[in-house]
Amino acid sequence: MSDVTLNAAAASPEAAPRAAPVTSTGTVAWLRANLFSSWINTAVSLALAYLLVRWTIGFIDWAFINAIWTVPMQGNVPQTQACRALEGSGACWAVIGEKHRFILFGTYPYEEHWRPLLVCALFIALYVVSAMRRFWSWVLIPIWVGTLTLIGVLMWGGVLGLSYVPQERWGGLPITLILSTFGLAFAFPLAVLVALGRRSKLPAIKTLCVLYVELVRGVPLISLLFMASVMFPLFLPEGMNIDKLLRAQVAITLFAGAYLAEVVRAGLQTLPRGQYEAAEALGLSYWHKTGLIILPQALRLVIPPLVNTFIGFFKDTSLVLIIGIFDLLTAGKTAIVEPAWQGFGIEVYVFVGAIYLVFCFAMSKYSQDLERDLNQHRRR
Amino acid sequence: MKALRLTLAAAMGAAAIGAAAMMVAPAMAQAPATGAATLDAIRARGTLICGVNTGLAGFAQPDSQGVWRGFDVDYCRAVAVALWNDPGKVRYVPTTAQNRFTALQSGEVDLLVRNTTWTLSRDTSLGFDFTGINFYDGQGFMVKTSAGVRTARDLNGATICVQPGTTTEQNLTDWARANRIRFTPVVIERLEEVVGAYVSGRCDAYTTDVSGLASTRSAQPRPAEHMILPDVISKEPLGPAVRHGDQRFADLVKWIHFGLVGAEELGITAANVQQAAQSDARPDVQRMLGRSGDLGQMLSVDNAWMVNIIRTLGNYGEIFERNLAPIGLQRGPNALWTNGGLQYAPPLR
Repeated sequence: MSDVTLNAAAASPEAAPRAAPVTSTGTVAWLRANLFSSWINTAVSLALAYLLVRWTIGFIDWAFINAIWTVPMQGNVPQTQACRALEGSGACWAVIGEKHRFILFGTYPYEEHWRPLLVCALFIALYVVSAMRRFWSWVLIPIWVGTLTLIGVLMWGGVLGLSYVPQERWGGLPITLILSTFGLAFAFPLAVLVALGRRSKLPAIKTLCVLYVELVRGVPLISLLFMASVMFPLFLPEGMNIDKLLRAQVAITLFAGAYLAEVVRAGLQTLPRGQYEAAEALGLSYWHKTGLIILPQALRLVIPPLVNTFIGFFKDTSLVLIIGIFDLLTAGKTAIVEPAWQGFGIEVYVFVGAIYLVFCFAMSKYSQDLERDLNQHRRR
Repeated sequence: MKALRLTLAAAMGAAAIGAAAMMVAPAMAQAPATGAATLDAIRARGTLICGVNTGLAGFAQPDSQGVWRGFDVDYCRAVAVALWNDPGKVRYVPTTAQNRFTALQSGEVDLLVRNTTWTLSRDTSLGFDFTGINFYDGQGFMVKTSAGVRTARDLNGATICVQPGTTTEQNLTDWARANRIRFTPVVIERLEEVVGAYVSGRCDAYTTDVSGLASTRSAQPRPAEHMILPDVISKEPLGPAVRHGDQRFADLVKWIHFGLVGAEELGITAANVQQAAQSDARPDVQRMLGRSGDLGQMLSVDNAWMVNIIRTLGNYGEIFERNLAPIGLQRGPNALWTNGGLQYAPPLR
C-alpha cells in the first residue's frame, strides 16, 4: 500500500522533484551551456579558439608589428629591398602610402584629385540623406538630380573653369560608385515595372518581360559586358562611338534589372490574394492598387533579398576590369604592376577589400534596421 | 498623391535622360576616325587616341600619379610629337587582350600599341596593318640557378609552370613534341599564383614570354637565384597596328619607328640632336633631321619631326633603356643589326 502511494506520488508531475532553475547566468554559464556542454563540444571549442588566437596573433604580427610603413626613395624609384627582405612575415604598407591615390582615383589627373574625392564625398552624402527617414518625400528627387549633375560636372569639367577630363582617365572608387549607384538607381524602377509586367494579363507585355528576364538572367554578366564592349561597337555605323563606360553601365543596369525583377516578383506573389481583392473591392484603379496597397507591402517583404542583390551588384561592378575600365579593384591590381611593387598584392587587396567591406557592411546594417522598423507590425 | 507620383516618374525620366545625355555627349563629340581619313580626323580632333595595355611593367602602366609610362606608351607619344610637337596630346585607352582588336576595328582608338604579336591572320582577316616590329619577343624558360639546368633540352622530365589560355601553353606542347621532351605541366591562371608556384619549388621551370620572365625575375628578392635560359621557343614580334586602308597614317607610324632605330644607328641622342641638326654634316643626318630634303612633308608632318621626337623621347636605344632596362631586359634580339641584333631600319631618304 505504502509502495503504491509512493509510486503515485512519484508519477504525478506536481510532486516530481524538478531540476533546480538555472540560477547561474552570465558569461560563465553561457560558455558552459554553449561551448563546453560535452567533451566533443569542448574539444571543438578549444581547437577553434586555438586557431583563432593563432590567426589573430599572426595577423597582428603581419599587419602591425613586423610591418614596414615607409621605404626610402632614390629619385623616383622606391627602394623596396627592406620590404622584400621580410619575405612575407610583415606587411609592406609603404605600397599603400605610395599608391593609395592611384588606387582610389586611377589615372585621373593628379593635381585634380580633389574632384573625384569630392565626388566620393557627394555620393556618400547622397546615400546618407537618402537613408534618413525625414527626407523620404519628393525632396529626394531634386536632391538626387542635383547631386548627380554636380557629380557629372565635377568628373568631366570643361565648365566653370574646371579642366575637361575625358572619361577614359576616370578610375578607382568614383567608377565603382558611379557604376553601382546609376546601375541600381535605374535598375530598380525597371525591375518593378518588369515584375508587374510579368504578372500582367496582357500577353504581349508578359511575353516581353519574361523574355527579357530569362534572356538576361540566362547569360553571365561577363558575356553581357563583352557584348557591350566587343560586339556592340561593330554594329554601330563607322565612326560612331558610344562611351565605353556608358556601354558597361547599360549592361550592368540591364543585368541588375533582371535579377531585381525576380526579387520584386517574389514579393508580389507572397502577398495574400485578399490584399488584391480588397483593393479591387474598394474600387481602386490598377495603378492606385499597385502603388498604394501592393507595392508598399511587397517591397517591405523582400528587403533582405533586395539588399542581398544590391550588395552583390556593388561588388559585381569590379567585373568591368575585363573590358579595361579602371574601377577600384582594377586600379588596385594595376598599382602592383610596377616592378618595384610587384609581389605586394596582399597589402593592396586588404586595402581594397576594406573599402568594399565598409560600403557593403553599411548597406547590410542599414537594411537590418529598415527591416526591423518597417516590419514591426509583423512581430509577435 | 497621384500628382506626386507623376512628378516622381517625370523627374526620374528626366534624370535618366540627362545622365545618358551627359555620358553620350563627349563620345559623340569625337570626330569619326575610320577609313583613309584617320590622319585628318586625328588632326581635327587635336589628340591621338592610343590603345595600350591595362598594365604591363615596362611596356605600358600608369605610375603612382596616374601618368602612363612605358615602351609602348613612348611610341604613342612619338606620334603625337611628330604631329604637334607635344607629347601630351595623347589619350590612352586601356585595352584588355579580349577587347583590343574591336577597339581598333570600331575606331575607338586610332592606333594600337599593346604588345600585339604580328601574325598573318591578324594582318589579313582582322583587317589591321602592322607598321613594324618595335620589340622582338619570344617564349623562354626561367629556372633556379641552383638547379644546374643550362639549356632548355635539360628540362626533360621537368615540371613546368605555365598560364593557360594564351599561345604560351600551345607553344610549350609543340616544342616538347618536336624535341621529344617529356614534361609535367602545372597550369595556373593567375600571374601571382603561377610565379608563387615556381618560386616555392612546385615547378622546376616557369615559361612565358622572355619580357615577362625578365620582369618577374627582377621582382624577386634575390634575382641572381634565377636564370633565364638562352633558348627561345617561339617568335613573338610585337608592334604597333593601325586599321587597313589608313595608308598615310600607317606610313607615319612605320617611319617613326624606323626613324627611332635609324637615329640610334647614326648615334643621335636626345642630348646631341639639337647640335647634330646644326652642325653634323653627314647627309643621312641632314636628311633625317630635316636640314635637307623634305622627308617630313612626304609624311605630311613638319620637317623637324625627328628632331622633335628625339629631343623629347630619345632614340630607340634610349627609349629601350629608360623603360625596359629597369625591368631587367637585355637588348638581345632587339640590338641594332650592326650589333648582332634584328633592329634594322630602311634608309630615310
